[in-house]
Amino acid sequence: MAVEQHVVAGSMQKRVLVIDVKDNVAVALEDIKKGDHFRVETAEGALEITALVDIPFGHKVALKSFVRDEPVLKYGEEIGKAAESIEIGDWVHNHNMYCERGFKYGR
Amino acid sequence: MADKFLGYRRKDGSIGVRNHIAIIPSVFCSAKVAERIAYQVPGSIYFRHPVGCSQVGEDLEITAKTLIQIGKNPNFAGVVVVGLGCERFSPYELASGIASTNKMLETVVIQESGDSISAIQQGTKYAREMQLIASRQQREEADVSELVIGLNCGGSDMTSGLVANPALGLASDKLVAHGGTSILSEITELIGTEDILARRAVNEQVADEIREIIRQTELKLARQTRNSSNPNRTHLISKGNYDGGLSSVVEKALGSMKKSGSAPFSGTLSYGQKADKKGLLLLDSPGHDGEVSTGLVAAGAQIIVFPTGRGTPTGFPGVPVIKITGNPNTYNKMRENIDLNIGEVIAGKSTLEEKGEEIYQEILEVASGKMVKAEILGHDEQFCITRVP
Repeated sequence: MAVEQHVVAGSMQKRVLVIDVKDNVAVALEDIKKGDHFRVETAEGALEITALVDIPFGHKVALKSFVRDEPVLKYGEEIGKAAESIEIGDWVHNHNMYCERGFKYGR
Repeated sequence: MADKFLGYRRKDGSIGVRNHIAIIPSVFCSAKVAERIAYQVPGSIYFRHPVGCSQVGEDLEITAKTLIQIGKNPNFAGVVVVGLGCERFSPYELASGIASTNKMLETVVIQESGDSISAIQQGTKYAREMQLIASRQQREEADVSELVIGLNCGGSDMTSGLVANPALGLASDKLVAHGGTSILSEITELIGTEDILARRAVNEQVADEIREIIRQTELKLARQTRNSSNPNRTHLISKGNYDGGLSSVVEKALGSMKKSGSAPFSGTLSYGQKADKKGLLLLDSPGHDGEVSTGLVAAGAQIIVFPTGRGTPTGFPGVPVIKITGNPNTYNKMRENIDLNIGEVIAGKSTLEEKGEEIYQEILEVASGKMVKAEILGHDEQFCITRVP
């Protein structure tokens, strides 16, 4: 498991985890406040991302900008689709993503 | 050389990791008599349930099969069946289903004893006698290939799928590699993973069974949610799951399936069916913690291993439930209920491989007699037989 540990000086640098190289969201390993930043390694290389909103421990943050209906990938698999456009650094949760299987059969 | 543990050898060749006397009501009407017998004889345990009468069809058959298989579980040295006398599922049918194990077995029927006080007295004498005999049995060495563990998780958050389930998957893989048996279930929480799991089947037939079990579960849920009188409450994942950062049932499922590691699936089991193969199996059960554990124990699991992100205290009568959390905050709050804290992996201070080995060693130690916290505190909530609507 590739735990990202780019903790440098300054309390604003936060730890997140990208589970699979295909993923387009990362998991917050601590509570992230709006304006905090973090570094991730993605298939496209290292990214420095600033959080647009508060993101609680365990929740997901967008590593790219999504258009509506674009797949959200975690564990290297699709966990749902963007319900609206989502900006890089935004919180990704059931307010802005949906899961078709969940939607039809009860989320 | 294969790893060993110390267990109780039974007459049918199976091996128990506990040595209790089980007091099993065949019907809800005899639940209190069963409970009173168990109170009279420390070391015996009872199985309260709300079923056994006025059921029809497969619903009744699943109740019958499950109660019989619970009685046959090798963790029980003896069984006292307690019936009322007029129920649809006869106490004698329950007892004769258990009899093939050749374990100590007696039946008390309230209407034949005369009244509940007489039945408690008769059952207490049987249980007392069995307890005396069981107390003389010593543990003996057994191979881990004789272990059957059930995988179940509850109160999930994102640490379950990230840390606790993958670490348990490594422990499960090691047990399977040593010839043991590990059972994955919670089909409602595997929706979306059917193709990934089917690719791990040993053959095309097992692959088809895996896909079909998940498909049928999803169809059943569709019927239930469509017919619900409250369309706003048809969510498959709980408020706690959402709060913990899980956004969809597929996201939860991808984390849930990690309990099963990467071993191939050697077969599938229906609810109330005893495991008839070794290796990794998939049990058809809905995702309710209690229904899953009950199906796992009926399948022959001597131990349940239970990751929990948000924390739950529940246990199973007579079967150790090892609680694991990957959430360090949950461990700090619920250390009286949780056996293993593997939250260090989240902090980057330990690896999944180290924690997987720790879980494997804990399984062997618990199999040899170490009590888990749920047992010490008397938690027994997980006995719940599934119903077929």
